Amino acid sequence: MHLILFFIFGMLCLAGAINLLLQRHPINSALSLIVVMASLAVLYLLLGAEFLAAAQIIVYSGAIMVLFVFVIMLLNAGVEDLTHGSRAAYVVGIPGVFAIIAVLTAFFFTHRADFGTITLGSYYVSTAGISRLLFRDLLLAFEVTSILILVAILGAVVLARRDASE
Amino acid sequence: MSNTIPTVFYLLLSALLFSIGAVAFLVKRNIITTFMSIELMLNGVNLAFVAFANHLHQASGQIFVFFVMVVAAAEAAVGLALIIALFRARETLNVDQVNLLKL
Repeated sequence: MHLILFFIFGMLCLAGAINLLLQRHPINSALSLIVVMASLAVLYLLLGAEFLAAAQIIVYSGAIMVLFVFVIMLLNAGVEDLTHGSRAAYVVGIPGVFAIIAVLTAFFFTHRADFGTITLGSYYVSTAGISRLLFRDLLLAFEVTSILILVAILGAVVLARRDASE
Repeated sequence: MSNTIPTVFYLLLSALLFSIGAVAFLVKRNIITTFMSIELMLNGVNLAFVAFANHLHQASGQIFVFFVMVVAAAEAAVGLALIIALFRARETLNVDQVNLLKL
């Protein structure tokens, strides 16, 4: 059962990612990214990360993607122009990426036994366990990220504000 | 046991997501889509973290993913504000036409 779910949602994830690459309209890319994030939430749930699955849905496919869709619609972004990108991207970048995929695949499958196996459903981190770690052992890091969020909010407001002098 | 799955499947899925994100980052010309492919790469890395958290039975991997999510949210807010400011100044979202600093 778990295995079937892994393959269904893994395929959905890959299909969404490839669709993001192929679509030319940004809103279609944004919607396929939402598919990727939602199916990743199911994969997290299979790996026993219930808090992260909820956070993935709420923060990623909720908040962040709503922000993206909002900006796309606000700026009325149309279909992408078919200009030719930098030559470096086509000559070095894309073959490089395929080389990395090939090397990683070969490495993973030759060292398959070293990485071992995951028994789905055997390990589970409760939200209480996460929060115990977060609020007791890593409290300083948690507080620092709250300052980071505050700075990001201020920065976003300042950057997006229209100049009064205009 | 039918629920056992090699860890490499998760790592492979994560590597593929990251690589598709990298290709999209290089190929796409729209600045918003470029930004979305960065989010795709972050998600690919997060999957590897969660898979290793399960494999090693360490909850700290999940904590790391939580912090990545927080930073990604902050980054999205600032980045989209920058995109709005850029659009106001240049009236375009095409990265090829934003070339003021190019020689």
